[in-house]
Amino acid sequence: MRASQFSKQSRGLTAIDGAMALIVILLMVQIWLLSATLDAYLSGHREVALPGALVSGVLFAACASLYLFVHRLESNAKNDEPE
Amino acid sequence: MQSKSTPPPLWREEFSVFKNDERYVSRRQLTKFLTLTSMAMFAGNVWILIRAKLQGKAAATPVLPVARLGEIPVGGVKLFQYPQAGEQCILVRTGDDAYVAYSQKCTHLSCSVFYSQESLDLVCPCHEGHFSIRDGSVLQGPPTRPLPAVTLERRGDQLIAIGMTNTGAD
Repeated sequence: MRASQFSKQSRGLTAIDGAMALIVILLMVQIWLLSATLDAYLSGHREVALPGALVSGVLFAACASLYLFVHRLESNAKNDEPE
Repeated sequence: MQSKSTPPPLWREEFSVFKNDERYVSRRQLTKFLTLTSMAMFAGNVWILIRAKLQGKAAATPVLPVARLGEIPVGGVKLFQYPQAGEQCILVRTGDDAYVAYSQKCTHLSCSVFYSQESLDLVCPCHEGHFSIRDGSVLQGPPTRPLPAVTLERRGDQLIAIGMTNTGAD
């Protein structure tokens, strides 16, 4: 019983770690995107601002989804824990 | 002799974090921090978008007298702001009867270019970008786009700025 709970908890932690790693990767892409968009904007290429903002929004949405996933996973794991 | 059921130490009451929950809390907090950082990056991109849209709307070019004929010597320069305050431009008298004007903002990273009487071109001191004085095109260096040129018109003894070309919006 305890072993299965530990295994479930361990799987939950692994999933959380995976989600965090994915968020870090997405964030790095977003930081690069912001610097590239700013660079292009300052050099007069105003047309890149819209696609830059759209892609950044998509990346933020992905990060927010992963955060919600982590939050839900954590709540489930807590609920499964014995009193 | 101490009894077995000693009360928890004071620090545990002050910092009431349970070890089982600790790993979840720290992970959740880090994830939240990363997500907020992601939101800040998105906000930065939106800010750039808003700035770009506002600049596009305010792109109307006014008519502005910039200098009198003969006011500057041959090879001399005059700085002025066009089409808006803060948009620095450079007027160069290249001959007895020849004047050219360009935006002073380098198209690479927005440093101010200056007129070099040695090389007879516009030079950006930051990364050694050179622009032709004839048409503002790139001669060498990291910039990839020409300098925006101010269209000049002569009215009496006045040089009037009436518009801009190569602005990136056209």
